[in-house]
Amino acid sequence: MSALVKLEDVSKRYGDAIALCPTNLSVQSSKTTVLIGPSGCGKSTLLRLIIRLIEPDSGSIELDGKAATADNINVLRRRIGYVIQEGGLFPHLTARANVLLMARHIGKTEEEMHNRLLELSELTRLSQNLLSRYPVELSGGQRQRVSLMRALMLSPELLLLDEPLGALDPLVRASLQKDLKEIFTRLGQTVLFVTHDLAEAIYFAHEIVLMNEGRIVQKGTITDLREKPADSFVSEFINAQRGVASV
Amino acid sequence: MNRNRKAGKQEGLGSRNHESRRLKRFRRFLVCRFPDFLIFSCVPAFLFASSAAADVVVGSKKFTESYVLGEIANRTLTDAGIRAEHRQGMGGTIILWEALKGGQIDAYPEYTGTIATEILKSDPSLSFDQIQHSLEKLGVGMTAPLGFNNTYALVMRRGEAQRLGIRTISDLQGHPELKFGLTHEFLERQDGWRPLRQRYGLSQQDIIGIDHALGYSALAKGSIDVKDAYSTDAKIEENDLIVLEDDLHFFPKYEAVFLFRPSTRADAIAALRHLEGTLDETRMIRLNAEAERTKNYARAADLYFKVGAPSARSSGLSNLSHLDDSFPRKLARWTLRHLQLAGSSLLLSIIVGIPLGIVASRGGAVGHVILGFAGVVQTIPSLALLALLVPVPFFGISVRTAIAALFLYGLLPIVRNTATGLQDIPRSLRESAVALGLSPMARLWKIYLPIASRSILSGIKTSAVINIGTATLAALIGAGGLGEPIISGLNLNDHVTILEGAIPAAVLALLVQWCFDLLDRFLIPKGLRL
Repeated sequence: MSALVKLEDVSKRYGDAIALCPTNLSVQSSKTTVLIGPSGCGKSTLLRLIIRLIEPDSGSIELDGKAATADNINVLRRRIGYVIQEGGLFPHLTARANVLLMARHIGKTEEEMHNRLLELSELTRLSQNLLSRYPVELSGGQRQRVSLMRALMLSPELLLLDEPLGALDPLVRASLQKDLKEIFTRLGQTVLFVTHDLAEAIYFAHEIVLMNEGRIVQKGTITDLREKPADSFVSEFINAQRGVASV
Repeated sequence: MNRNRKAGKQEGLGSRNHESRRLKRFRRFLVCRFPDFLIFSCVPAFLFASSAAADVVVGSKKFTESYVLGEIANRTLTDAGIRAEHRQGMGGTIILWEALKGGQIDAYPEYTGTIATEILKSDPSLSFDQIQHSLEKLGVGMTAPLGFNNTYALVMRRGEAQRLGIRTISDLQGHPELKFGLTHEFLERQDGWRPLRQRYGLSQQDIIGIDHALGYSALAKGSIDVKDAYSTDAKIEENDLIVLEDDLHFFPKYEAVFLFRPSTRADAIAALRHLEGTLDETRMIRLNAEAERTKNYARAADLYFKVGAPSARSSGLSNLSHLDDSFPRKLARWTLRHLQLAGSSLLLSIIVGIPLGIVASRGGAVGHVILGFAGVVQTIPSLALLALLVPVPFFGISVRTAIAALFLYGLLPIVRNTATGLQDIPRSLRESAVALGLSPMARLWKIYLPIASRSILSGIKTSAVINIGTATLAALIGAGGLGEPIISGLNLNDHVTILEGAIPAAVLALLVQWCFDLLDRFLIPKGLRL
């Protein structure tokens, strides 16, 4: 098993508030790693550090053995897809323009872009005639599909998903979960997925990483967490969501 | 205090009788303490008058009598076969003086008292020869007096004066029952009513302070018998008044002359000298009255030649045409100039304001300085801003100054709206743009500015409307536009003329607003309008 992303002793604080204690983490290629934990536990911070929306106070972050520098930062970012809860689609651009934005920016040919767009709309099950719509004209689920298309446009090695389904109603959420899992499998995609929903974590994860108060409490499968909890917090967290965890 | 009064007086006499009192008071209130404000005291059209090269350029100050004198000189020169041009109402004393010295004009009408006090910074009692001598040293020529003295005077109804046998101010001594209605200014001046009463030993007790314009109707109705005036005031003829002779020579002399550049061609100087001694008070009053009645200075000047002046060779009707502009043509010219002023300053505000707004949106000390500066500029009264810019070497009395002032005013709405428009972009969108790997420039151009476009455009719209309004003040420094009739109207106390500028300016502001609303549909991305 090879690690695509490697974090060593990475920490982040905002003034006096510790967002992330010195942390080590490896994200395995072609696997889905799910970061889970209560609000403010540092899971989103970790994601934002990897794509360098924020800079770490200490430690090193490597993508495929390379650390980010001022020169390669944008090239590095293009190798990562990033989807957030609200989609982050630009309201002044159509769905198509949102998806093609980066490809245009780096000078892909029209043909390449067209073919990739067809692939992606088939992959994400988004009807092509919706692509000419503006974000406000799309439903929440449709927006997340477009957002996923945008993230996947340049065939990134790593996909970062920050509670991508958090704002959707249960039915839409269920159907998107199913589609997402299929997509990850089909692409052999390396995914780092943030959620606070244990059922969702179990559904996606090859490995679950449970965080609390800025540190990783335990890593492993759901069985590991359930049967060999590292401390009482792990048991509490799992028991709190028992209803779904026993599925 | 004393000095201020003195400054007030110099300015008052310099701009003479026909200036609106309101404007005068406003100016005094605003900037009494700077001598600089003389520079923009009453003014305009200095710029678009620059037609095909004329051999001799005559300037005039911004009040009726100066217009008429300038027009007379223009006609005289033209009739002498010299290509002449009259730049009307360029401004106050200092502007004309500087323009003469700088060679933008070759001659302009001036008053001896004004030359002594304002130009030579001396005493108004300087003799004519002393003045001429001092001017020579400064390299400026002066004609002999044109024949009239435009100073303070006391006036009475003609019939009443004749009945009582009053001809001079001394004659008032025998009539203590006469009621005086004097302007507040004259009552308070160091060289006004109190020393006058002392000098002439006047004993009248019934003295009231009254507004200048109201005083004339009070005099006509007989509620007062004597009032102060300027000796060539058009109202003197209109109301059939007589000017009481200043037999003890209390009032300083303000004799009209032409100042000229000695390098002006000899035949032109000779032509101007032909005007010496040809205009007495009565005649000047009549010309002023004609000018005020018809609002046509060329026609008033025409009257001078009709009555038979020495140099009038032909009736010279040919060069009147440009002053007989029809209203639609004038309106088109004013509006065009107005749009030029507002448009070019707006363009500058946009070019400078948006980048400043982008920098300011990042906050920090620099952002605060930028927003602070733009805000402070906005708090400076527009007139004061013009006054501050005029003495700056590059600016002076020009369109440049007007555009610079308008540009500064237009800056704040654009800077602020750009900054807040950018700051209001949700964090999730900013981060998405960063996370995608767009370069900072691409983020700005492709994402941030389009999303902030509504806010930026509304800032531009605000600027445009403010500029249309403020551009009316450009006429004060000779930059023309719709302010021209407004300022003229204020000077002539003529409401119709004021409205000729004010209504089109208001309509223009509405049209501009409407055009921008329309422009929103093209410039704001569709996705933001849904």
